[in-house]
Amino acid sequence: MGPSGFTQQQENNNQETVTEAEKGHDLFNDLKSRFLSFKKNKYMGNLEHFQNLAQVQLPKFMVIACGDSRVCPSNILGFQPGEAFMIRNVANLVTPFENGPTETNAALEFAVTTLRVENILVIGHSCCGGIRALMSMQDDASGSLLESWVVAGKNARIKTETAASGLDFDQQCRHCEKESLNHSLLNLLTYPWIEERVSKGELLIHGGYYDFIECSFEKWTLDYLKMKTEGTDMLVVKDRMVWC
Amino acid sequence: MATSIKKCMMLCCIGHTVSKEDMAGQSYEEAIAELNKLLSEKADLGGVAAAKIKQLTAELSAAGSKPINSDERIRTGFTQFKKEKFEKNPDLFGKLAEAQSPKFLVFACSDSRVCPSHVLNFQPGEAFVVRNIASMIPPYDQTKYSGTGAAIEYAVVHLKVENIMVIGHSCCGGIKGLMSIPDDGTTSSEFIESWVQICNPAKSKVKADTKGQSFSELCTNCEKEAVNVSLGNLLTYPFVRDAVAKKTLALKGAHYDFVNGSFDLWDLDLKISPLPL
Repeated sequence: MGPSGFTQQQENNNQETVTEAEKGHDLFNDLKSRFLSFKKNKYMGNLEHFQNLAQVQLPKFMVIACGDSRVCPSNILGFQPGEAFMIRNVANLVTPFENGPTETNAALEFAVTTLRVENILVIGHSCCGGIRALMSMQDDASGSLLESWVVAGKNARIKTETAASGLDFDQQCRHCEKESLNHSLLNLLTYPWIEERVSKGELLIHGGYYDFIECSFEKWTLDYLKMKTEGTDMLVVKDRMVWC
Repeated sequence: MATSIKKCMMLCCIGHTVSKEDMAGQSYEEAIAELNKLLSEKADLGGVAAAKIKQLTAELSAAGSKPINSDERIRTGFTQFKKEKFEKNPDLFGKLAEAQSPKFLVFACSDSRVCPSHVLNFQPGEAFVVRNIASMIPPYDQTKYSGTGAAIEYAVVHLKVENIMVIGHSCCGGIKGLMSIPDDGTTSSEFIESWVQICNPAKSKVKADTKGQSFSELCTNCEKEAVNVSLGNLLTYPFVRDAVAKKTLALKGAHYDFVNGSFDLWDLDLKISPLPL
């Protein structure tokens, strides 16, 4: 590079540094105004409530939802501060007790045994990238962390491929979103401290499916009593509702 | 005890039947009288007593709230969202139905009081959010706690987020649990304590740096230090390290204090140099 080229490079570097600094500054200002908006519109207007909450949380719900930016339960179901203890992971998966420790079951243990929530709600959703990755996986291990996680839903994939073999790939993914959700509900019962509370009627397990294309919400509740009466391991549900 | 017997005798003597409410009232008055007596003898306990009474009031207030109908609660919440947000923003939700392109990956605690959609006003489409106990990030591992790695890989490699923010918070039960694990390491939970020990380095640092602070103050320090441990662990993920080195990804730490209504935000001073060719 000749001298003029070098000078140009220097100028470019300086410009980039200024742009980075501007980006950092914009981001800081953006986050600051977001927090101040919350403080003004919610916190200060409900100060006594927030002061009580600061002392203790007693949420009635534990919610397990996907990390997808479009499905936050605080937005779609309007949960307010203090109402719902929340886990968010890829594809809202709950692995069974025998698979060992996960981020999800550490939070489950806290919510069920310490906070003693009354409801667990697992929410699946349309166009789930995690479920799509599960349905697209090839047999050979790719070393992808995403696949190492979603492979926990492989039984749901097998069931989907059997039940929905005639459908196109998108429709199969949609089927798997609900199948995986139901598997997660059953996996919750593999935790002894969850099954104990469910059997005593102290804890309800619900599934929910949010379709953000049609904007509908479907909900169902695990019918533990009927499962026990019928002596089945298969999921039996009650109180199925759809709102659209 | 002597006080309660004397009162009962007085009421008996004047022929007054003690009702259930009276008995409950007597227990409460008795308890308050005992507390007042103690505080008059030991005035320095006033602050501690006030804090405990505040907590008790909050607990009783929350526990006394009406039982909810879960179906009704979900129905009301969803129909309100659909009417007030979804139907009023057809362009936004139309685009989101096709694809998401959030600029943020946010790690926040599962605590019911700290949802980033409230605290930072994130709207649908803005932030891919992971929530776990104490918003912790374990170091890179193909199998253990792979859920975290899956979320980071999806957000950074597939969604190409521009920022990762890890948010700790005040009165964090997970951090308190970490700080309460005895020095000999005995644990009593199945999963919780193994999880929170990801941030053992934060606990060690806070205990080593302590200048005689209370347990509560140590917990607050640990809440912030744990965020830094998580940020450091983020760099063990090769795709995070690459993106940070290329300056396509920024890492931020934060702490939300809902007792004082404040929010701290910081950068780590990272000196990432490209590997020599």
